[in-house]
Amino acid sequence: MEFIGKILFMAVMAIFVQNFVLMRFLGLCPYIGVSKKLDSALGMGMAVIFVMTMASTFTWLIQTYLLIPLHIEFLQTIAFILTIASLVQLVEMVIQKTAPALYKSLGVFLPLITTNCAVLGVAILNIQSEFSFIYAILNGLFAGIGFTLVLILMAGIRERLERAGLPLSMRGMPIAMIVAGSMALAFLGFSGLKF
Amino acid sequence: MTVIKEFTKGFIKENPVFVMALGLCPTLAVTTSVINAIGMGLAATFVLVFSNTIISMIKNFIPEKIRIPAFIVVIASFVTIVDMVMHAYLPAIHKSLGLFIPLIVVNCIILGRAEAFASKNNVFRSILDGFGMGLGFTLALIIIGGIREILGTGQFLGFQIFPETFQPMLVAILAPGAFIVMGLLMGLMNLNKKR
Repeated sequence: MEFIGKILFMAVMAIFVQNFVLMRFLGLCPYIGVSKKLDSALGMGMAVIFVMTMASTFTWLIQTYLLIPLHIEFLQTIAFILTIASLVQLVEMVIQKTAPALYKSLGVFLPLITTNCAVLGVAILNIQSEFSFIYAILNGLFAGIGFTLVLILMAGIRERLERAGLPLSMRGMPIAMIVAGSMALAFLGFSGLKF
Repeated sequence: MTVIKEFTKGFIKENPVFVMALGLCPTLAVTTSVINAIGMGLAATFVLVFSNTIISMIKNFIPEKIRIPAFIVVIASFVTIVDMVMHAYLPAIHKSLGLFIPLIVVNCIILGRAEAFASKNNVFRSILDGFGMGLGFTLALIIIGGIREILGTGQFLGFQIFPETFQPMLVAILAPGAFIVMGLLMGLMNLNKKR
């Protein structure tokens, strides 16, 4: 029972209270860049959830069984980014071979994920917060879900913004930032949650 | 003449933050105060100058297909150096920048300059380009950090600007303030461009 409680707590923390995009400012480039259409936002979100979970798993294993025993923790940044880059490449190849339909919808987004700072961010945060293996994987999963949630919300808003009568200089990026600010304001309300 | 242009284009004309909207994550995350903004800006400038130098030196030896992983390894090495140096000599700034120092690796400005400029130009021009772009990034961070610090705390670099009776707008140094200030500044740049 305690385990389930802790997982629920982690889920609420990662998805709402410490949302990766709006509270921690991680993964802003895809958040602003891929949120113009609902379909592509959904595709990107799914790809990020998948890669974040995988990256959490593998970086935790590499940190615990390779970097720490060899006392080369200072290579963490290099090791993690290489892990993520090769993981993304591997996932891309596997999906292409086994599920062509899925590849068609996710394919374009996969290479972009390597430079998504949310993925490297969650890997480093997992190590810094000294999570155990299971919690590290779950944290990656929840962080990905939180990212997807705000990405889809944003895409829904921006599809309607297209038709709004905005001043020319505010169209596109500037208004997207302001909308993100309002969303962050709403998410700030979650930080009052107490358990 | 062109040499000077190479150096100054990053300040305003091709400013990486306001005009090209690159490197948004650190821009919004670390600009809660001017001192953090300067620390982040200089760290990124260091990485940018040295990664540009090395990449333009070795550009002829790297096979076309694996150039991106090769660039990332070069960048990650310099980020590790910055991380360790700041940890040793500037522990206070290192602590408040936290996660965002290792995340310089995935800052799109640095990979962007490596791919778009350093891999095509000679060493001297690449150094100038990296230095100019880095200073442009720092300048943008200081502007955003200055606005947020003044509005959010009534201070600038720790000095009181407004009289004691001034009620600081706390929201400016919280997450939503970052998005809104950024959105308004981008709108202002667009307005300026059209004139």
